[in-house]
Amino acid sequence: MTATGRTAPETDERLVRTSPLRKLLGRPELGSIVGAVAVFLFFAIVADSFLQSSSFGTVLYAASTIGIMAAPVALLMIGGEFDLSAGVMVTSAALISSMFSYQMTANVWVGVFVSLLVTLGFGAFNGFMLTRTKLPSFIITLGTFLMLTGLNLGFTKLISGTVSTKAIGDMEGFESARKVFASYLTIGGVEFKVTILWWVALVAVCTWILLRTRFGNWIFAVGGEAGAARAVGVPVIRTKIGLYLGVAFAAWVSGQHLLFSYDVVQSGEGVGNELTYIIAAVIGGCLITGGYGSAIGSAVGAIIFGMTSKGIVYAEWNPDWFKFFLGAMLLLATLLNAWVRKRAEATK
Amino acid sequence: MTAPQAPAPRDTDTARPALVELDHVSKYYGNIKALENVSLEVHAGEISCVLGDNGAGKSTLIKIIAGLHRHDAGTFLIEGAETTLANPRDALDRGIATVYQDLAVVPLMPVWRNFFLGSEPTKGAGPFKRLDVQLMRETTRTELLRMGIDLRDVDQPIGTLSGGERQCVAIARAVYFGAKVLVLDEPTAALGVKQSGVVLKYVAAARDAGLGVVLITHSPHHAYLVGDRFVLLKRGVMSGSHTRDSVTLDELTRQMAGGSELEELSHELERAPAPDHLGGRPVGDDTP
Repeated sequence: MTATGRTAPETDERLVRTSPLRKLLGRPELGSIVGAVAVFLFFAIVADSFLQSSSFGTVLYAASTIGIMAAPVALLMIGGEFDLSAGVMVTSAALISSMFSYQMTANVWVGVFVSLLVTLGFGAFNGFMLTRTKLPSFIITLGTFLMLTGLNLGFTKLISGTVSTKAIGDMEGFESARKVFASYLTIGGVEFKVTILWWVALVAVCTWILLRTRFGNWIFAVGGEAGAARAVGVPVIRTKIGLYLGVAFAAWVSGQHLLFSYDVVQSGEGVGNELTYIIAAVIGGCLITGGYGSAIGSAVGAIIFGMTSKGIVYAEWNPDWFKFFLGAMLLLATLLNAWVRKRAEATK
Repeated sequence: MTAPQAPAPRDTDTARPALVELDHVSKYYGNIKALENVSLEVHAGEISCVLGDNGAGKSTLIKIIAGLHRHDAGTFLIEGAETTLANPRDALDRGIATVYQDLAVVPLMPVWRNFFLGSEPTKGAGPFKRLDVQLMRETTRTELLRMGIDLRDVDQPIGTLSGGERQCVAIARAVYFGAKVLVLDEPTAALGVKQSGVVLKYVAAARDAGLGVVLITHSPHHAYLVGDRFVLLKRGVMSGSHTRDSVTLDELTRQMAGGSELEELSHELERAPAPDHLGGRPVGDDTP
């Protein structure tokens, strides 16, 4: 290359101190990966059956049910917002599919499709209310959370007469829908639930969107400094509504899994799960104030969840301890993330 | 360092309409007059300075030019045609780029992502349409180098740059994206003397590249260093409008500071006795 003075030098003498280690320290996922390794080693030592190949499938399944939601929730948090309605929205999606198909005696796939539209409607409602009223998303989605909780119970009792839906296992289309949402593959003698595939695909798509598309650039921007983003022409409202639609889509996938793996749906389920998704995203390096984080980190957060919840069982401890572990993990991960980010930014 | 483009002639052709012209523009927030009868011209290759104290209406003026607010009275002309801007995107599409003091950049994002924010180049089609990351990084680097900012690493969060560098990145971005009019909101406000000098140099560079610049400031010294026209705002109304030939720095400073008001203030400060309730006691008296 001929030097013209216009092109930047290939290497800058001021960059010598950026070691590969420093680059690694700058990644948002780092804290969660360190945590995941620690949790893995811990349970590998205290629980004998934790390292069995069958446990591997079980842990990944537990992680996938959380991870499917945690990935879009992480994107939403990077975009600077919360969704407290994500947990019960999963139950709503399952109830709608089940009850619509049963009441209309339609092919189950029709119910599944109607559920997709209605669930996306919930997401659009969240996004629309947020951008219209400019109230904090905490309040808006807390409202949606309570309303959906009430609607789930109310409609189910009104239609089925009990708190759970009728079994739809013998209806047309159930088997094929089960194959898509709740089957399992056997690889090397180990059962892997299909949700793991959904999870991997969703994390891959979320990562692609976040790092390699214009929309991803806008997500970072609206979460980091919405005013600046708006000033340079980023469609802030469209971006936020899009993020809520993403969460709603994942809630629909999770809801269909819930329905097709158990056949009946309990209308009171899902309460509290919204916090689990947020915790997984935060452990994975998402900044609670927005503008920073990763989808891969949320997957690592979900794996930590899966390992802890199943590891305690394999260690034959009382599962009551799970919540304590979770709380401790959340604090440690957040502290580690904050420390790592400070170092990475200060020493550059 | 290569010069951006051939410098545009400083004396503007009077036959050509101004890039942006405000003619007796007013803006009301409810019953509050935020801006009344303010006129301003911005010509290519010139810097129009808007001077005023806090609350003088500078921000309102910017927001009208940037498309964030609509004016309530008067006319807003872009290249001679009357216009009402719908939103900031509309202003950008017409070549008006605004760089805000606090809102110039997203601190946690890398420099190259910030540089292209809102106008990201893509390659590929359909679901594989993606950011042209290599082009983005290289362009950021070379464009900043052209403006004289030699960046260590375009991957560093822009929040790690100094305030002056951040302003310069925002200005370089506006120039790169073909802005015809650059609106700068107090670019030197929170900066030291040296940093301010650096920013003013880029403002001048943008002017020499043929852009029309609106420089909002409360420092007459900074304004007089680079400005061609000066509009003084006071409590929402225009208290003075000058060209460079018709005003001196001293006169500008005096008008800006409020002239007689300042004299009165200094008079008051001189004669003010120590207030009793503050325990006014002669210095050195340490009796309990």
